[in-house]
Amino acid sequence: MGKKVALTGNEAAAHAIRQIEPDVIAAFPITPSTPIPQAVAQFIADGEMDTELVTVESEHSAMSACIGAAAAGGRVMTATSANGYALMWEMLYIASGMRLPIVMAVVARALSAPLNIHGDHSDIMGGRDTGWIQIIAENSQEAYDGLIQAVKIAENKDVMTPALVAMDGFNISHAIEIWEMEDDKAVKDFIGEYKPLFPLLNTDDPVTHGAWAPPNWYFEHKMSQLKGLLAAKDVVAKVGKEFGEVFGREYGLYEAYKLDDAELVIVAAGSVCGTTKDVVDKLREEGQKVGLLKIRLFRPFPYKELADALQSAKAIAILDRVSPAGAQGGPLFNEIRSALYDTPTRAPIINYTYGLGGRDTQPIHINSVFDRLKKIVETGKIEKQFDCLNLRGEWR
Amino acid sequence: MALLNELAKKKEGLVSGHRLCPGCTHSVIMRQVFAAADTDKYDIVIAAATGCFEVSTGLYPYTSWNVPWIHTAFENAASTIAGVETMYRVLKRKGKVKKDIRFIAIASDGGTYDIGLQALSGAIERGHQFLYICNDNNAYQNTGNQRSSATPFGGSTTTSPNGKVKFGKEQPRKDIMSIIEGHHLPYAAQASPSNWRDLMNKVKKALDVNGPTYINVIEPCTTGWGFPPEKAIEIAQLAVDTCVWPLYEVENGKIKINYKPQKKLPVVEYLKPQRRFAHLFKKGNEHVIEEFQRQVDEQWEWLLKREECGL
Ligand SMILES: Cc1ncc(C[n+]2csc(CCOP(=O)(O)OP(=O)(O)O)c2C)c(N)n1
Repeated sequence: MGKKVALTGNEAAAHAIRQIEPDVIAAFPITPSTPIPQAVAQFIADGEMDTELVTVESEHSAMSACIGAAAAGGRVMTATSANGYALMWEMLYIASGMRLPIVMAVVARALSAPLNIHGDHSDIMGGRDTGWIQIIAENSQEAYDGLIQAVKIAENKDVMTPALVAMDGFNISHAIEIWEMEDDKAVKDFIGEYKPLFPLLNTDDPVTHGAWAPPNWYFEHKMSQLKGLLAAKDVVAKVGKEFGEVFGREYGLYEAYKLDDAELVIVAAGSVCGTTKDVVDKLREEGQKVGLLKIRLFRPFPYKELADALQSAKAIAILDRVSPAGAQGGPLFNEIRSALYDTPTRAPIINYTYGLGGRDTQPIHINSVFDRLKKIVETGKIEKQFDCLNLRGEWR
Repeated sequence: MALLNELAKKKEGLVSGHRLCPGCTHSVIMRQVFAAADTDKYDIVIAAATGCFEVSTGLYPYTSWNVPWIHTAFENAASTIAGVETMYRVLKRKGKVKKDIRFIAIASDGGTYDIGLQALSGAIERGHQFLYICNDNNAYQNTGNQRSSATPFGGSTTTSPNGKVKFGKEQPRKDIMSIIEGHHLPYAAQASPSNWRDLMNKVKKALDVNGPTYINVIEPCTTGWGFPPEKAIEIAQLAVDTCVWPLYEVENGKIKINYKPQKKLPVVEYLKPQRRFAHLFKKGNEHVIEEFQRQVDEQWEWLLKREECGL
């Protein structure tokens, strides 16, 4: 039986890692994920987990050592944020290209400059095309549950792809919440034992890992890798269901919150979904048909399922916690709008950037989004396709 | 050490079919490494940094490696092998791996002196048990002979060319051995494939030490340095005999010079047969050769003095 605990998101991730008990962790501290390797180091020092922690000299080496360790043939995890994630960038492609089921907790944070240590999605969105499975958590419980599921998803033989579970810096990582921690043994039984496919340490059957592939082979490798990533969609759903059967909390590819008949819909990911749910509840009490589509699996992007879930909408607002950086809207906006193109709905769709560098997003701001959607439905006009929430002054 | 005809019968870790240039000494060095390793007692696993040696031996769908081998990127052979070695210790402790395995990281000067220095320093400081071999060919040869911090003073490369007003690389080589020594690791050495018994002794010793070890090997490059393929070992020998490349080892902080040329040759003997130094023999560049000789002498005197003082 699990037990209710009141701990931070970082502690939730650390306990998940303790219970998963990977063979090797290689990590380098960076705010706001630092408490994760610290807690792991303490667990190891207290004999509470049998894991080797490699205290590397940089995140680049953290991911390099994770790759070496995973190729050697054991379970491997790490954690990082922001510039650390960016410093790993080269190695993220290599981990996924080598089909190594590494699992990483990313405490999502803004990227410099200006230097900022607070939450947003600049890191994970910057790495969205690195071939990793990306799961985004709304709260500590989802971060904890997600990391446990990620092990099983990444190691699935049809997938064999590294996976990250992201939680918002500070909003989740440093906030104390009540969540359910399962029994150590139950977690171990759920993930099962890892059996590597081509371990480097099997010297009786020497394998060459990380060969180079010229134009007559590279393409095939990348497309075969893509199959593994795409296969993760069904596996995420399957593992989410199994998790529900065992622990009572079922997970899908996304969460539809009061969405069935919703006409005004917000699409978002991460901790802002908690705030949005509160606002949806209040507006529903007033009789307004509002709802939230919460993204859980961002890579591979389950575009068909998400588009289907949006068919009742008369107006949609996508919240991106990252600057669009010269594109026509943020990454989530582009994905959703593209997914809807092939469907009957022609609901107007707008985009907000919010929460950059830890900027607070409160119910009043979410309310303003629903107000805007209401006005669009009433007037049939989109005055501003892109806007900012809680920015000092007007944006353009 | 075993006789040559016995060594020749040993299992090869690097087999034929690779795509190295004719006359390249990467494979020569690697075969000496495998000949030195006690493969009856332990198995070998290798991590390679991106570079000539890596691209010419691991070209999908082929491989020249008869032992487990991993390549990930340019700057991280040390951190990659650190991960492999860590997993080995864990799985050994957990009873999932039974064999005795030793670990070797191979990189060249670019991946060691320059971009890989941080990862190497970190891995040595953490005390992973691995042998790091730097095959030093004095430049970024895989990308077409660009300068590295190991390029010798006066050497011409594509990014430190000699021209109307420049004489090639204007700075002396980085003293990587001193940097490595500064980590106070149990064993570090400098070797040359021309002195193969010495190289093999060093490899054998390094693989038996508990902790990180480092061997810097001169790796003459026929293409980048500009000499006929059959001259590679001769050039390496000239580097040793001119003391451009002293053979020495540092064991627990104490230096031992393994080879003192009976007659220390002037550096011009080493420079003359190589195209990369040809411009130094033009009128007006005498001072560069003089300076080169001065740097070599200074380094050699310093090593001799250290040995004499037991440091
Ligand atoms: C790539 C990257 N990784 C991690 C960090 C987080 N970080 C910021 S300062 C710091 C420690 C600095 O230590 P040190 O260089 O000894 O300077 P000190 O602050 O101790 O004077 C770390 C780990 C970062 N900013 N960027």
